Amino acid sequence: MTDGSQAGIIAPGTAAPEFRLRREDGSEFTRNDLEGQTTVLVFYPFAFSPVCTDQFNLYEELLGEFTARGATLYGVSCDASESQAAFRQKLGVSIEQLSDFEPKGEVSRAFGAYHPDGMSQRALVIIGPDGVVTWSYLAPSPGDLPGANLIFDGLG
Amino acid sequence: MGELGSAPVPALSARDHVRGPDQAPLMIQYGDFECPFCAVLHTRLAGRPLRCVFRHFPVRSSHPRAWAAACAAEAAALQDRFWAMHDALYADQARLEDPHLWLRAEQVGLDLERFEADRRSDAVVARVRHDFQSGVRAGVVTTPTVFAGGRCYRGVLDDATLDSLSRGG
Repeated sequence: MTDGSQAGIIAPGTAAPEFRLRREDGSEFTRNDLEGQTTVLVFYPFAFSPVCTDQFNLYEELLGEFTARGATLYGVSCDASESQAAFRQKLGVSIEQLSDFEPKGEVSRAFGAYHPDGMSQRALVIIGPDGVVTWSYLAPSPGDLPGANLIFDGLG
Repeated sequence: MGELGSAPVPALSARDHVRGPDQAPLMIQYGDFECPFCAVLHTRLAGRPLRCVFRHFPVRSSHPRAWAAACAAEAAALQDRFWAMHDALYADQARLEDPHLWLRAEQVGLDLERFEADRRSDAVVARVRHDFQSGVRAGVVTTPTVFAGGRCYRGVLDDATLDSLSRGG
Protein backbone atom coordinates (compact mmCIF):
# COMPACT_ATOMS: atom_id res chain seq x y z
CA MET A 1 0.00 0.00 0.00
CA THR A 2 1.27 3.43 -0.89
CA ASP A 3 1.37 6.44 1.37
CA GLY A 4 -2.03 8.01 1.87
CA SER A 5 -3.95 5.07 0.47
CA GLN A 6 -6.55 3.12 2.39
CA ALA A 7 -7.61 -0.49 2.44
CA GLY A 8 -9.49 -1.36 -0.69
CA ILE A 9 -7.76 0.37 -3.54
CA ILE A 10 -6.13 -2.04 -5.94
CA ALA A 11 -2.55 -2.71 -4.83
CA PRO A 12 0.61 -2.24 -6.88
CA GLY A 13 1.76 -5.50 -8.41
CA THR A 14 -1.81 -6.62 -9.09
CA ALA A 15 -2.88 -7.27 -12.67
CA ALA A 16 -5.67 -4.92 -13.69
CA PRO A 17 -8.97 -6.79 -13.68
CA GLU A 18 -11.03 -7.33 -16.80
CA PHE A 19 -13.28 -4.30 -17.13
CA ARG A 20 -15.46 -2.40 -19.54
CA LEU A 21 -15.87 1.36 -19.54
CA ARG A 22 -17.67 3.53 -22.07
CA ARG A 23 -15.86 6.19 -24.10
CA GLU A 24 -17.58 9.44 -25.03
CA ASP A 25 -18.21 8.14 -28.56
CA GLY A 26 -20.03 5.12 -27.17
CA SER A 27 -17.25 2.61 -27.87
CA GLU A 28 -15.80 0.42 -25.16
CA PHE A 29 -12.56 0.93 -23.26
CA THR A 30 -11.34 -2.35 -21.84
CA ARG A 31 -8.28 -3.98 -20.34
CA ASN A 32 -6.94 -4.48 -23.86
CA ASP A 33 -6.70 -0.70 -24.27
CA LEU A 34 -4.12 -0.58 -21.47
CA GLU A 35 -1.55 -2.56 -23.41
CA GLY A 36 1.49 -0.74 -24.66
CA GLN A 37 0.96 2.49 -22.76
CA THR A 38 1.23 3.79 -19.22
CA THR A 39 -2.30 4.60 -18.11
CA VAL A 40 -3.40 6.87 -15.28
CA LEU A 41 -7.02 6.32 -14.26
CA VAL A 42 -8.35 9.35 -12.39
CA PHE A 43 -11.45 8.22 -10.49
CA TYR A 44 -13.64 11.13 -9.38
CA PRO A 45 -17.07 11.43 -7.76
CA PHE A 46 -19.18 13.63 -10.02
CA ALA A 47 -19.08 15.68 -13.19
CA PHE A 48 -19.57 19.39 -12.53
CA SER A 49 -18.60 19.35 -8.86
CA PRO A 50 -16.25 22.28 -8.20
CA VAL A 51 -13.60 20.11 -6.62
CA CYS A 52 -13.32 17.89 -9.71
CA THR A 53 -13.10 21.01 -11.80
CA ASP A 54 -9.93 22.23 -10.12
CA GLN A 55 -8.39 18.78 -10.31
CA PHE A 56 -8.83 18.32 -14.07
CA ASN A 57 -7.88 21.91 -14.86
CA LEU A 58 -4.56 21.39 -13.10
CA TYR A 59 -3.88 18.02 -14.73
CA GLU A 60 -4.67 19.58 -18.13
CA GLU A 61 -2.09 22.31 -17.48
CA LEU A 62 0.47 19.55 -16.97
CA LEU A 63 -0.55 17.29 -19.85
CA GLY A 64 2.70 17.95 -21.70
CA GLU A 65 4.63 16.78 -18.66
CA PHE A 66 2.56 13.61 -18.33
CA THR A 67 3.00 12.91 -22.04
CA ALA A 68 6.75 13.45 -21.74
CA ARG A 69 6.74 10.66 -19.14
CA GLY A 70 4.76 8.39 -21.46
CA ALA A 71 1.55 8.57 -19.44
CA THR A 72 -2.01 8.92 -20.73
CA LEU A 73 -4.68 10.18 -18.32
CA TYR A 74 -8.36 9.22 -18.29
CA GLY A 75 -11.13 10.49 -16.03
CA VAL A 76 -13.45 7.81 -14.65
CA SER A 77 -16.77 8.45 -12.89
CA CYS A 78 -20.23 6.89 -12.61
CA ASP A 79 -21.74 9.70 -14.68
CA ALA A 80 -23.24 8.96 -18.09
CA SER A 81 -20.99 9.70 -21.07
CA GLU A 82 -23.13 12.67 -22.10
CA SER A 83 -22.63 14.30 -18.71
CA GLN A 84 -18.90 13.60 -18.80
CA ALA A 85 -18.58 15.08 -22.29
CA ALA A 86 -20.47 18.21 -21.26
CA PHE A 87 -18.30 18.47 -18.15
CA ARG A 88 -15.08 18.11 -20.12
CA GLN A 89 -16.16 20.69 -22.68
CA LYS A 90 -17.27 23.13 -19.99
CA LEU A 91 -13.86 22.85 -18.32
CA GLY A 92 -12.05 23.28 -21.60
CA VAL A 93 -9.92 20.20 -20.97
CA SER A 94 -8.98 17.40 -23.35
CA ILE A 95 -8.49 14.53 -20.88
CA GLU A 96 -10.67 11.69 -22.14
CA GLN A 97 -13.54 10.65 -19.90
CA LEU A 98 -14.64 7.05 -19.35
CA SER A 99 -18.07 6.23 -18.01
CA ASP A 100 -18.73 3.64 -15.29
CA PHE A 101 -22.47 4.27 -15.51
CA GLU A 102 -23.87 0.83 -16.31
CA PRO A 103 -23.63 -1.45 -14.45
CA LYS A 104 -23.12 1.48 -12.14
CA GLY A 105 -19.76 1.60 -10.44
CA GLU A 106 -18.76 -1.91 -11.49
CA VAL A 107 -15.28 -0.89 -12.61
CA SER A 108 -14.79 1.47 -9.67
CA ARG A 109 -15.59 -1.45 -7.37
CA ALA A 110 -13.20 -3.74 -9.25
CA PHE A 111 -10.38 -1.24 -8.68
CA GLY A 112 -11.41 -0.62 -5.06
CA ALA A 113 -12.41 2.94 -5.82
CA TYR A 114 -16.15 2.91 -5.12
CA HIS A 115 -17.69 5.10 -2.43
CA PRO A 116 -20.65 3.70 -0.47
CA ASP A 117 -22.60 6.88 -1.19
CA GLY A 118 -23.01 5.77 -4.80
CA MET A 119 -20.09 7.33 -6.63
CA SER A 120 -16.51 6.72 -7.58
CA GLN A 121 -14.17 7.59 -4.77
CA ARG A 122 -11.46 10.07 -5.58
CA ALA A 123 -8.55 7.80 -6.48
CA LEU A 124 -5.60 7.44 -8.84
CA VAL A 125 -4.37 4.20 -10.39
CA ILE A 126 -1.32 3.88 -12.62
CA ILE A 127 -1.15 0.81 -14.83
CA GLY A 128 1.94 -0.18 -16.77
CA PRO A 129 2.04 -1.22 -20.44
CA ASP A 130 1.85 -4.86 -19.30
CA GLY A 131 -1.51 -4.31 -17.60
CA VAL A 132 -0.11 -4.49 -14.07
CA VAL A 133 -0.88 -1.79 -11.51
CA THR A 134 2.31 0.02 -10.56
CA TRP A 135 0.90 2.59 -8.12
CA SER A 136 -2.40 3.51 -6.53
CA TYR A 137 -3.81 6.18 -4.26
CA LEU A 138 -7.18 6.56 -2.56
CA ALA A 139 -7.98 10.05 -1.26
CA PRO A 140 -8.91 10.24 2.43
CA SER A 141 -12.29 11.70 1.41
CA PRO A 142 -14.03 12.74 -1.84
CA GLY A 143 -13.28 16.37 -1.00
CA ASP A 144 -9.53 15.85 -0.81
CA LEU A 145 -7.92 16.72 -4.12
CA PRO A 146 -4.89 14.65 -5.07
CA GLY A 147 -2.17 16.99 -6.27
CA ALA A 148 -0.48 16.31 -9.58
CA ASN A 149 2.71 15.79 -7.56
CA LEU A 150 1.32 12.44 -6.41
CA ILE A 151 0.94 11.22 -9.99
CA PHE A 152 4.50 12.29 -10.79
CA ASP A 153 5.65 10.45 -7.65
CA GLY A 154 3.79 7.39 -8.88
CA LEU A 155 5.25 7.62 -12.37
CA GLY A 156 8.71 7.67 -10.78
CA MET B 1 9.47 21.80 -16.48
CA GLY B 2 11.84 19.53 -14.61
CA GLU B 3 11.11 17.67 -11.42
CA LEU B 4 7.43 17.63 -10.44
CA GLY B 5 7.30 15.01 -7.68
CA SER B 6 6.37 15.89 -4.13
CA ALA B 7 8.47 18.42 -2.24
CA PRO B 8 7.77 20.75 0.69
CA VAL B 9 6.63 24.26 -0.08
CA PRO B 10 9.80 26.33 -0.52
CA ALA B 11 10.67 28.69 2.31
CA LEU B 12 10.75 32.43 1.72
CA SER B 13 13.68 33.26 -0.53
CA ALA B 14 15.28 36.32 -2.06
CA ARG B 15 13.48 35.71 -5.36
CA ASP B 16 10.04 35.90 -3.73
CA HIS B 17 7.74 38.90 -3.83
CA VAL B 18 7.01 39.79 -0.23
CA ARG B 19 5.39 42.71 1.54
CA GLY B 20 4.30 43.49 5.06
CA PRO B 21 6.16 44.07 8.31
CA ASP B 22 9.31 41.99 8.75
CA GLN B 23 8.16 40.76 12.15
CA ALA B 24 4.61 39.90 11.08
CA PRO B 25 3.49 36.28 10.63
CA LEU B 26 4.43 34.92 7.21
CA MET B 27 1.75 33.87 4.72
CA ILE B 28 2.68 32.28 1.38
CA GLN B 29 -0.08 32.44 -1.20
CA TYR B 30 -0.30 30.60 -4.50
CA GLY B 31 -2.72 32.54 -6.64
CA ASP B 32 -3.67 33.73 -10.08
CA PHE B 33 -4.84 37.12 -11.24
CA GLU B 34 -7.96 35.89 -13.03
CA CYS B 35 -9.20 33.84 -10.06
CA PRO B 36 -12.18 35.52 -8.39
CA PHE B 37 -11.52 33.76 -5.10
CA CYS B 38 -7.99 35.17 -5.07
CA ALA B 39 -9.51 38.62 -5.59
CA VAL B 40 -11.69 38.11 -2.53
CA LEU B 41 -8.67 37.08 -0.49
CA HIS B 42 -6.79 40.11 -1.81
CA THR B 43 -9.56 42.34 -0.47
CA ARG B 44 -9.62 40.58 2.90
CA LEU B 45 -5.87 40.89 3.30
CA ALA B 46 -5.87 44.67 2.93
CA GLY B 47 -4.39 46.34 5.99
CA ARG B 48 -3.78 43.12 7.90
CA PRO B 49 -0.52 42.76 9.82
CA LEU B 50 0.77 39.85 7.77
CA ARG B 51 3.95 39.35 5.81
CA CYS B 52 2.53 38.23 2.47
CA VAL B 53 4.33 36.29 -0.23
CA PHE B 54 2.66 35.91 -3.63
CA ARG B 55 3.56 33.04 -5.93
CA HIS B 56 2.04 32.42 -9.35
CA PHE B 57 -0.25 29.47 -9.98
CA PRO B 58 -1.95 30.19 -13.32
CA VAL B 59 -4.05 27.42 -14.89
CA ARG B 60 -5.00 28.14 -18.49
CA SER B 61 -8.13 26.05 -18.91
CA SER B 62 -9.68 27.72 -15.85
CA HIS B 63 -8.38 31.20 -16.52
CA PRO B 64 -7.14 31.83 -20.05
CA ARG B 65 -5.72 35.27 -19.21
CA ALA B 66 -3.95 34.24 -16.03
CA TRP B 67 -0.59 33.38 -17.60
CA ALA B 68 -0.36 36.69 -19.43
CA ALA B 69 -1.33 38.54 -16.27
CA ALA B 70 1.30 36.68 -14.26
CA CYS B 71 3.94 37.55 -16.85
CA ALA B 72 2.81 41.18 -16.77
CA ALA B 73 3.33 41.23 -13.01
CA GLU B 74 6.79 39.71 -13.39
CA ALA B 75 7.67 42.22 -16.11
CA ALA B 76 6.57 44.97 -13.71
CA ALA B 77 8.78 43.39 -11.03
CA LEU B 78 11.79 43.96 -13.28
CA GLN B 79 11.02 47.66 -12.90
CA ASP B 80 10.37 47.31 -9.15
CA ARG B 81 6.60 47.61 -9.54
CA PHE B 82 5.42 44.06 -8.78
CA TRP B 83 2.99 44.94 -6.01
CA ALA B 84 1.63 47.98 -7.83
CA MET B 85 0.84 45.76 -10.83
CA HIS B 86 -0.45 42.99 -8.54
CA ASP B 87 -2.92 45.39 -6.93
CA ALA B 88 -3.89 46.94 -10.27
CA LEU B 89 -4.66 43.50 -11.73
CA TYR B 90 -6.86 42.49 -8.81
CA ALA B 91 -8.61 45.85 -8.88
CA ASP B 92 -10.38 44.96 -12.14
CA GLN B 93 -10.40 41.33 -13.24
CA ALA B 94 -12.85 42.06 -16.05
CA ARG B 95 -10.09 43.85 -17.95
CA LEU B 96 -7.11 41.58 -18.48
CA GLU B 97 -6.57 41.83 -22.24
CA ASP B 98 -3.40 43.32 -23.71
CA PRO B 99 -4.68 46.94 -23.97
CA HIS B 100 -5.72 46.76 -20.32
CA LEU B 101 -2.27 45.48 -19.36
CA TRP B 102 -0.62 48.35 -21.29
CA LEU B 103 -2.90 50.84 -19.53
CA ARG B 104 -1.97 49.44 -16.15
CA ALA B 105 1.71 49.51 -17.09
CA GLU B 106 1.35 53.21 -17.80
CA GLN B 107 -0.60 53.81 -14.61
CA VAL B 108 2.00 52.18 -12.40
CA GLY B 109 4.78 54.12 -14.13
CA LEU B 110 6.49 51.48 -16.23
CA ASP B 111 8.70 52.00 -19.26
CA LEU B 112 6.20 50.54 -21.74
CA GLU B 113 8.69 49.39 -24.33
CA ARG B 114 10.68 47.49 -21.78
CA PHE B 115 7.51 46.09 -20.18
CA GLU B 116 6.33 44.78 -23.54
CA ALA B 117 9.64 43.05 -24.24
CA ASP B 118 10.06 41.70 -20.72
CA ARG B 119 6.59 40.20 -20.34
CA ARG B 120 7.20 37.95 -23.36
CA SER B 121 10.77 37.07 -22.44
CA ASP B 122 11.96 33.56 -21.64
CA ALA B 123 13.23 34.72 -18.28
CA VAL B 124 9.83 36.02 -17.19
CA VAL B 125 8.02 32.90 -18.41
CA ALA B 126 10.58 30.78 -16.55
CA ARG B 127 10.01 32.84 -13.40
CA VAL B 128 6.24 32.21 -13.50
CA ARG B 129 6.80 28.55 -14.30
CA HIS B 130 9.17 28.24 -11.34
CA ASP B 131 6.45 29.37 -8.96
CA PHE B 132 3.87 27.11 -10.60
CA GLN B 133 6.21 24.12 -10.42
CA SER B 134 6.93 24.70 -6.73
CA GLY B 135 3.19 24.82 -6.09
CA VAL B 136 2.56 21.59 -7.98
CA ARG B 137 5.28 19.87 -5.98
CA ALA B 138 3.76 21.13 -2.72
CA GLY B 139 0.38 19.68 -3.72
CA VAL B 140 -1.38 22.89 -4.71
CA VAL B 141 -4.46 22.05 -6.77
CA THR B 142 -6.67 25.08 -6.43
CA THR B 143 -6.34 28.82 -5.96
CA PRO B 144 -5.90 30.46 -3.65
CA THR B 145 -3.86 28.04 -1.59
CA VAL B 146 -2.17 29.54 1.45
CA PHE B 147 0.65 28.16 3.57
CA ALA B 148 0.82 29.81 6.97
CA GLY B 149 1.48 28.82 10.55
CA GLY B 150 2.61 25.37 9.48
CA ARG B 151 -0.69 24.64 7.77
CA CYS B 152 -2.10 24.59 4.26
CA TYR B 153 -5.40 26.34 3.52
CA ARG B 154 -7.22 25.69 0.25
CA GLY B 155 -9.68 28.31 -0.98
CA VAL B 156 -10.53 31.72 0.40
CA LEU B 157 -9.68 32.21 4.05
CA ASP B 158 -12.41 33.75 6.17
CA ASP B 159 -11.84 36.79 8.35
CA ALA B 160 -11.68 34.78 11.57
CA THR B 161 -8.89 32.61 10.17
CA LEU B 162 -7.02 35.66 8.88
CA ASP B 163 -7.41 37.31 12.29
CA SER B 164 -5.92 34.23 13.88
CA LEU B 165 -3.04 34.09 11.40
CA SER B 166 -2.37 37.79 11.97
CA ARG B 167 -1.91 37.01 15.65
CA GLY B 168 0.55 34.29 14.71
CA GLY B 169 -1.83 31.48 15.60
